[in-house]
Amino acid sequence: MIELRHVSKSFDQGTVVAVADTSFTVRRGELLGLIGESGSGKTTTLKMINRLEEPSTGEILVNGKSVREGSPEQLRRNIGYVFQGIGLFPHYTVAENVAAVPQLLNWEEARIEARCRDTLDMVGLPFAEYGQRMPSQLSGGQQQRVGVARALAAEPEVVLMDEPFGALDPITRAELQEEFKRIQRDLGLTVIMVTHDMTEALLLADRIAVMKEGAVLQIGTPQELLHTPQHDYVRDIVEMPRRRADRLEQLMRAHDN
Amino acid sequence: MNDNLREQLALLPDYFQGHLVLTLIALSMGIVISIPLGIWAAQSRRVKGPLLTIVSIVQTFPSVAILALVVALLGGQIGLVPAITALVLYSMLPIVRNTVTGLETVSSDVVEAARGIGMSANQILTRVRLPLALPVIIAGIRTATVWTVGLATLSTLVGATSFGNYIFTGLQTRNLVAVVVGSLAAASMAVLLDAIIGGLQWLVENRNNSVDSPRYRRTRLAVAAGLVATFSVSAYSLLPEPEADYVVGGKGFTEQYIIAGLISAELEAAGYRVDQRLGLGTEVVYEATANGTVDVYLEYSGTVWANRMDRNDNPGRLEVLEQVEDFVQRNDGMVSAGALGFQNLYALAMTRERATELGISSIDDMVSVAPDLVAAGDLEFFGRPEWITLRDTYNIDFAEKLTFDTALMYTAVAEGQVDLITAYTSDGRVAAYDLLIIDDPRNAFLPYDGMVLASPEAAQDGDFMRIMATLIGKISDTDMRQANRIVDVDGGSVSEAVDYLQAVVHGQ
Repeated sequence: MIELRHVSKSFDQGTVVAVADTSFTVRRGELLGLIGESGSGKTTTLKMINRLEEPSTGEILVNGKSVREGSPEQLRRNIGYVFQGIGLFPHYTVAENVAAVPQLLNWEEARIEARCRDTLDMVGLPFAEYGQRMPSQLSGGQQQRVGVARALAAEPEVVLMDEPFGALDPITRAELQEEFKRIQRDLGLTVIMVTHDMTEALLLADRIAVMKEGAVLQIGTPQELLHTPQHDYVRDIVEMPRRRADRLEQLMRAHDN
Repeated sequence: MNDNLREQLALLPDYFQGHLVLTLIALSMGIVISIPLGIWAAQSRRVKGPLLTIVSIVQTFPSVAILALVVALLGGQIGLVPAITALVLYSMLPIVRNTVTGLETVSSDVVEAARGIGMSANQILTRVRLPLALPVIIAGIRTATVWTVGLATLSTLVGATSFGNYIFTGLQTRNLVAVVVGSLAAASMAVLLDAIIGGLQWLVENRNNSVDSPRYRRTRLAVAAGLVATFSVSAYSLLPEPEADYVVGGKGFTEQYIIAGLISAELEAAGYRVDQRLGLGTEVVYEATANGTVDVYLEYSGTVWANRMDRNDNPGRLEVLEQVEDFVQRNDGMVSAGALGFQNLYALAMTRERATELGISSIDDMVSVAPDLVAAGDLEFFGRPEWITLRDTYNIDFAEKLTFDTALMYTAVAEGQVDLITAYTSDGRVAAYDLLIIDDPRNAFLPYDGMVLASPEAAQDGDFMRIMATLIGKISDTDMRQANRIVDVDGGSVSEAVDYLQAVVHGQ
C-alpha cells in the first residue's frame, strides 16, 4: 500500500542528512509504528509520504502510484493526517473542521453533512451536541478526537499520524489509543503512526520501524522486537516497557496472593 | 442658547455630511489598497521591508505638507480629490502594518495543518490565514478610522467641507464656540465609527456561540442602527444636490471670511446659489480660481506683485494695481472686477496722542526723532524686504526694534510701552485702539489693494460682473477696519460684519 524505495532527505544543500537511504513497505490494513528520538528522521519520513517534504532522492509509492504524479494538494486530500499539535482551525466549528477535506474535494452538501455525523459519532462526539462548538470549548482529548474525525472524514485508505496522542494525559491517551485501534481495524485503514512512546507502539502497531539518525535500524512485529532485537539501541528502547510490564505483573500477583 | 452657538449648529448638518463622506470614501479606498499590499508584503520579505518603510515615511510627513503636495501634483485642483488622496495615503500605515502582523502571527501549527489536509496556497490564505488575522487587521482599520476622522479636518485647507471649517474659521475669527463645536463633532464621529466597527467585529466573532443571547441581540440592533444612520447620511450626499451657481473662495483670515461673505450675500440677494471654499492657502486659491474651481475671491495687488510677478520696486498704488490686473489676465485668464477701495498693507502706526505730541503725520516727520523711538514689529516684519526698503527709502532707524506677537504688539502701543508699531492698515485693532496710520509719501510700503478676482469663466458672465461692479471702490480703509473690528475685537460673528459692509456698500 505504501512503499518507500531508497528514500533520503537532506537539508541545507546536503550538509544535514535527515533521512538516509530508507526503504520499507506498509501492507494494506496494517498499522506501522515509526519510533525514534527527536531528530531521528521519523517525522520527516512521514511528511515525505504526503509531500509536506520532498525527498532528495528515492521514490515513494502509495497504492502502486508514485506520489509525484499529480499535485501535492490532491495527494494530501486523499491521505488522512493527524497532527502533533492537533492543528484544528480555531475559527471553524467542530463540524466545519471535520467537513474541511470533503469540501476541498467538492463533495455534495448533503453527503458532507451525513459524513460529518458519522465520523463524529465514530470518535464519540455526537454531532448534535458537539457539531456547533468551537475547538476552544473542548478539552484536549475531545480536540484530538475531532482531529481524528477530520483525518477520516474524506474516507481515506491511508492515514498518517504525527505523535497524535503525545499531548494528552495518560488516561485520555489510553482511551483514545484503544478507540483508534478499533476504528483502524473496522475500516481496514493503512496507518503510519510516528511516536516516541515505545509502549504505545508495542500496544497499537502491527509492525514497528525503529529509526535512529535518519536510518531504520530494525523493522518487525512487536514480538520480534521484544525477543530478537538486532541492535543494541533496539534492545535498549524495548527494555523499559518490558521492565515496567514485569514490575506491574509482580504487583498484580502480590495482590492476588 | 446664544446666537453664536445657534449659528454654528445650523452649519452642523452640512459639515457633518462633508466630513463623513470624506472619511468613508478615504477609508474604503485605504482598506481596498492596503489589505492587498499587506498580504503581498506578508508573502515576500523583499516587498515587506521597502513597503513598510514607504508607508511609515508617508506617515511622518507633516499632514499639511502632504495636502499641499497633493494639490500641486494634481495641478492646483482643490476639493474632494486632493483631500481624499491625502487621507488615503495617511490611512495606509496602520492597515498595511496590521495586515502583515496579523498574517505573520497565525500559528504555524494551524498553517501546517491546512497544508497537510490539502489546501492550496490561496485556500490557506483565504480560508485560514486571513480569517485568523482578521481581528488584528480590524484593529488596524479602527486606528486608521480614528486618524482619518481627525486628519479630515485639514481638508478644509484644500477646499473640501469638513468639521475643519469650524476649527479654522473659529481660530481665525477668534470664535472659540466654533472651535469647540468642530472639535467635539470630530471626536464624536471618531468614537461613533470606531464603535460601529468594533461592534461589527464582536458580532462576527461571537456569531457561533451567543447568537441568541440578549447581549448579542442588543449589540446587533445598535450596530445595525449605527450602520443605517451612517450610510443614509452618506447616501443623502449622493442625491443630486442643486448645484451652486458660483463658488466663492477665500484665504484663511478674518478679512477674507468677511469679504467672501459679502460677495456671497450680494450674489444670493440676486437669487443665485453660492458655495464657499474658505481657509485656502494663497497659492491654492489663486490656482483654483485660474482653473475655474473657484469663481471669485479677494486678492491683494501687492501679493501678486511680489509673489507671482517677482517685483519689489514700487511705482505707486495705481500703477501696481493696473500692472497686476494686466498680469493675471495675460497669464492666467483671470479678470479683476476692480479694487474694493481699502488696502491691507504694512504701515507704521502710533497712538493719536503720541503722534500729536511729536508732531508726526508722515514718515518724513518721523526721521529726525526716530533715534529716540521704540518700534515694535510682528514676528516677521524686521526680517522682510519691506523693512529694508523703508529704512533705505527714508534713511530711518529706531532706538529699539522689538518683535511681538501681533495681538501683544497692539496692546503694547496702546499702553505706551512702545512708540510705534508695524500695523496692517485694515486691521480692526487700528480702529479699536484709535491708532493713527502714518503717511508714507515716498511709497516705501508696497500697496496691497483688495481686488475682486474672477475666474476666466465667471468673467464672461455679464450679470455676475455687474454684481461685482456694485462693490468696487465702496469699502474704505475705515470701513474694512470697522468690519474686521466687529469680528476680531468685539467678538461678533462674520455675518454681523457682512451686514455692516452691506449697509456701507448700499449707502444705508
